Amino acid sequence: MLNYILRRLLYAIPILLGVNLLTFALFFMVNTPDDMARIHLGAKHVTPEAITRWKVEHGYDKPLFLNAAAAGLDKATDTLFVEKSLKLFVLDFGASDDGRDIAREIGQRMWPSLAIALPTFLVGLLAYLSFALLLVFFRGTALDTGGVILCVALMSISGLFYVIGGQYLMGKLWHWFPISGYQPGLDAWKFMVMPVLVSLIGGIGDSSRFYRALFIEEIGKDYVRTARAKGLSDLRVLFRHVLGNAMIPILTGVVVVIPRLFMGSLIIESFFGIPGLGSYTIDAIQAQDFAIVRSMVFLGSLLYIVGLVLTDISYTWADPRVRLE
Amino acid sequence: MIKPVLLWSDALILLLLLTVAALVWLARKNDTFRAPWRQVMASRMGFVTASILAVYAGIGLLDSMHYVERLPSAPGQQAQYSGEVFSALDALLKPLRVNVEKTYSSPLATHLYAKETVQGPDGVERRDYPPLKYPGTHLLGTDKVGQDVLYLSLKSIRTGLLIGTLTTLIMLPFALSLGIAAGYFGGRIDDAIQYLYTTLNSIPGVLLIAAAVLVVQVQIEAHAEMFNTAAARSDVRLLALCAILGVTGWTGLARLLRAEALKLRELEFVQAARAFGVTDARILLRHLLPNVMHLVLISVVIDFSGLVLAEAVLSYVGVGVDPGMISFGNMINGARLELAREPVVWWQLAAAFVFMFVLVLAANLFADQVRDALDPKSRGRA
Amino acid sequence: MSGLVVENLRIEIAAGGASNPRVLKPVDGVSFEIGANECVALLGESGCGKSLTALALMRLLPDGGRVASGSVRLAEEDLFALTEAEMGEVRGGRLAMIFQEPQTSLNPVMTVAEQIDEALMAHRGLTGAAATEESLRLLESVGLGADKLDAYPFQLSGGQRQRALIAMMLAGEPEVLIADEPTTALDVTVQAQILRLLKDLQQQRGMSLLLITHDLDVAHDMADRVAVMYAGQIVEWASSDALYAAPRHPYTQKLFAVLPRLDRRGERLDSLPGRVPGPDTLFVGCRFADRCPVAFERCRVETPAFHEAAPGHFARCHLADSADESTSRRVRHAHQITPNGAHGAPYAAPLAVVLEVRDLAVHFPIRKGLLKRTIGHAKAVDGVSLQVAAGETLALVGESGCGKTTLARAILRLIEPTAGRVSLLGEPLAGLRGEALRRKRAEMQIVFQDPFSSLNPRMKVGEILAEGMAALLSLSAAAQRERVADLLNQVGLPADAVGRYPHEFSGGQRQRIAIARALAVEPKLLILDEPTSALDVSVQAQILNLLADLQQQHGLAYLFITHNLSVVSYLAHRVAVMQGGKIVEQGEAETLLTRPENAYTRLLLDSAPGRGVGS
Repeated sequence: MLNYILRRLLYAIPILLGVNLLTFALFFMVNTPDDMARIHLGAKHVTPEAITRWKVEHGYDKPLFLNAAAAGLDKATDTLFVEKSLKLFVLDFGASDDGRDIAREIGQRMWPSLAIALPTFLVGLLAYLSFALLLVFFRGTALDTGGVILCVALMSISGLFYVIGGQYLMGKLWHWFPISGYQPGLDAWKFMVMPVLVSLIGGIGDSSRFYRALFIEEIGKDYVRTARAKGLSDLRVLFRHVLGNAMIPILTGVVVVIPRLFMGSLIIESFFGIPGLGSYTIDAIQAQDFAIVRSMVFLGSLLYIVGLVLTDISYTWADPRVRLE
Repeated sequence: MIKPVLLWSDALILLLLLTVAALVWLARKNDTFRAPWRQVMASRMGFVTASILAVYAGIGLLDSMHYVERLPSAPGQQAQYSGEVFSALDALLKPLRVNVEKTYSSPLATHLYAKETVQGPDGVERRDYPPLKYPGTHLLGTDKVGQDVLYLSLKSIRTGLLIGTLTTLIMLPFALSLGIAAGYFGGRIDDAIQYLYTTLNSIPGVLLIAAAVLVVQVQIEAHAEMFNTAAARSDVRLLALCAILGVTGWTGLARLLRAEALKLRELEFVQAARAFGVTDARILLRHLLPNVMHLVLISVVIDFSGLVLAEAVLSYVGVGVDPGMISFGNMINGARLELAREPVVWWQLAAAFVFMFVLVLAANLFADQVRDALDPKSRGRA
Repeated sequence: MSGLVVENLRIEIAAGGASNPRVLKPVDGVSFEIGANECVALLGESGCGKSLTALALMRLLPDGGRVASGSVRLAEEDLFALTEAEMGEVRGGRLAMIFQEPQTSLNPVMTVAEQIDEALMAHRGLTGAAATEESLRLLESVGLGADKLDAYPFQLSGGQRQRALIAMMLAGEPEVLIADEPTTALDVTVQAQILRLLKDLQQQRGMSLLLITHDLDVAHDMADRVAVMYAGQIVEWASSDALYAAPRHPYTQKLFAVLPRLDRRGERLDSLPGRVPGPDTLFVGCRFADRCPVAFERCRVETPAFHEAAPGHFARCHLADSADESTSRRVRHAHQITPNGAHGAPYAAPLAVVLEVRDLAVHFPIRKGLLKRTIGHAKAVDGVSLQVAAGETLALVGESGCGKTTLARAILRLIEPTAGRVSLLGEPLAGLRGEALRRKRAEMQIVFQDPFSSLNPRMKVGEILAEGMAALLSLSAAAQRERVADLLNQVGLPADAVGRYPHEFSGGQRQRIAIARALAVEPKLLILDEPTSALDVSVQAQILNLLADLQQQHGLAYLFITHNLSVVSYLAHRVAVMQGGKIVEQGEAETLLTRPENAYTRLLLDSAPGRGVGS
């Protein structure tokens, strides 16, 4: 097991390196520091001196891969690639283009993100699975057909409408919750309920239909027929046998996203004004602050790989056939 | 006088149409190919959804025949063309396009939505709802700058369809070649391809797209001189978006195809071909490719609706289509803030909602029918 | 009375979807009974409706299927009249069922104990220590030790799984146990053990056993009474002794006649033309008339009644009452026994050696640890030597996992052997590349077991047959077409098959296509990897006859891989027995099969069904 995790983490290094190279190529080769300076300075202030000054101020004045001017080892290390990309490996995110410490921002902003994402994830999983089980229990009846139609209809609506509809009804019309914003502490729940509810409703169509399909597939298998031949009740067959086996594909999709819950949801956070990592990222995208975008890409990849390892570990718990070695 | 203009996206649509037509023509007598489609069209659901999709596609195609108008010029002078590109749809909808009001008006209204200081017939100024220039003609009302919402909705269709289809067109070569190669050859090739898609997958989707779009945007701004019309500019941005979605979006299908190829290569008909010494290239082409096509088709129709929805979200985030381009995402984005007004400006949102919902719902239901017909295993699953 | 009485059972299945709704009638008026402590076999080829009948008794018909009419009485209680909850108590309680596929019939994520406990809880209210104790007793009664209690299904072999499944079904102390092809997926030696176990359990517990099988020998070994099914109906119903002594229905008689056996060596097998009619056929007259060698006018217009032709011997045939011997003889003589071109024909002096294998080994590395270092090898094939001459059939016999399929693939160089030498017509294959290897490939071809996965479903038959020619022979398009037509003719398929797709053909026809494909490149050696295992016995006879003809015509060398000993004894000139990657015994067929020297060979021969359930 330990051996396995070690190997997986070793395998993560080339992947993260690949991610780094990719973002590096996007941000520094296709889109040179000169281009960036021009954008940040705005059209009116573009002079060669201003560009140089901006690059020096923000640490973009070094060569990309090889610093011919430096001595010794610095030839290879005193470069943009090492300074801006490789340092991410030790979680040194550096400063954003407007000069703030990215690591500190992440530390502060992950909590509001988590406050929205975690309840959404947990309640969602429970709700979607229950709904899917309900449909499967009544499979072939009008309830099932109606439920599936509802799912398809719900998943055919853009997520934007759920947000807009939620804000309009619950915020503006009924005055249940504030339309947007966030407050840490005890009052946080007031700001949490609506984003969580909206995310839940937005996801129910897709997820429930997917889970239902998984269950139906399991129900067609031979061991279910055996269980029924033993005289077990439908309910027991569904919960003990079908759910137990369906856990394996369900975990594949579910566990991998857990570490990323820290990063929040871009759309939800920016619509509801939650000062989390999601809205941080969106703001960075809109401000073209590449230092932040780069850091978030790296962080996202790292958490994804952690998620993959967790997924594998969770298999050992759900499926006795899986042994990690 | 008009002169036809072929935008890059128009050319790709043409290519797509020709490809599909060629495939259909090649397979017209092949019963294994035709039977599932006949089954789809024989069901009421399949027929209705296919018809709806055909209407949308028709509107999209009309909107893809572009031209520029010749400006009046003195005889003998070289012809000058307007910088504004129109489409056949624009021509058909000319009354809608040119009958522009000053600002918001509700559906079929006779007066503007907000009071303004108007001069009465008696010359006295007072606050009132000014009458519309074209009262009662705007079936779905007008937007902030007075454009007809029905016109906007119809124009949005092409953008949505393009994202849904061109992305697939770009994604397919990657998914097919890499997925099948990984599964069939295994070993180092498989390792390399798996590395590639794990790496791409590990980057949060929206972020990767956002980063790439930002880069493209900077490039377009840096080379503004290459695009002589606003249409060409937003067209390139749209294509870039499709390309980015395609290049980042092949991993899911590739994974599916890899697993299928892994299964197929062990099957006895492939072993028999290998016993004949048939080359790998031929085995891939004759034995593997035709036997994964149903998965490809299913995933194409399923992905379509997801991509149409993605356009709206990406445009909201600011990394979608050009803000100047008419699209569902931009329509929603523009209308969203107006919900705070009193009385509520609801018609623009409602129009985007209905037009998008019908398209995506039809696509989803059609996809179900196609999957049922092509994949016997999935029958009754959804 | 106790036991199970089935009366006039009809099953309907809705098919064709909403656009084209059809009703299939796969089971159409089935009646039989099982007495207390009796074993009844429901015998029939695939598609005759025997499994659906069993599922209907359990009220476990698949979606879309329903019981249209009829009744099932378990000790006078009408099962079809029970509520679903009441039926739940019967199912797995008084009436239990085991299934064909032990691989998939157990829940993979629950231990054996958990799966037995469920049934104990549901039917006898046992929990905790009492349940554990009872589970242990049940496992013991099926021959599994206490260590298997906490095992997961993947840790058990196929036979052990089937035993575990039986233990689960015994938990409810059933009066009647239905066994649906319980040993079809198992090796012969394991099959013999499981059948023995079922027989013992039935006798010890005074249980009734309904055995569903396609295997005449298994039915003979196990059953007190046998019901033969054809096209959704029972065509013959008699005590096992009476039926096997003198079958009265022409179909049953044919089933016996098509069986390959040692005493038919050199004889051409009888064949049963055509195929079982589908469940959507509209019948007029006798359902078997189209394939019946003794059918006459009345059979085409009047449905024969299911009647008692002799005391306790029922049959659905107009001729069943007439002197039994004469019909039987007529059925048998409706075809000519032609010694020419049959298998096992007197073995002439050895001809040119076509295939020679010396010390062939195929090892697969086992990797482990942080860096995936190779820590050992799985020896799938471990030093095999054999040779096959022109016109000769060498049967390679072995159970699953013995390495016989790996050996076949290594000979064909579909996988690279680790060591050893393979020579074809005296020329070693090792080291051949490119053009030289391609030329050699034309001399050896293979026919696979599964007629469904061996043909590309997206290619027309013509294209399938031409593929090898295009790769290996340089023929003009016209010559290719001509050869395709000739091949189809040789394997007995209509010429219009060229433009059709594999799915339009039956299993037997597909196997003919696969044989034609192999023959297309004019090979000298044909490796036949279980070519008839997936086929019904009547179709098997046709394919075996075809293979005999082709060997005769082309002087082909056959390496015939199989686990079916009756096929081996019918057709092989020589036999090699394989176990654990090695050949344990090799020799002339008749000698080896009658006087085996190796213990494993003896075990295989003793396990073959048709010799009674030994103890």
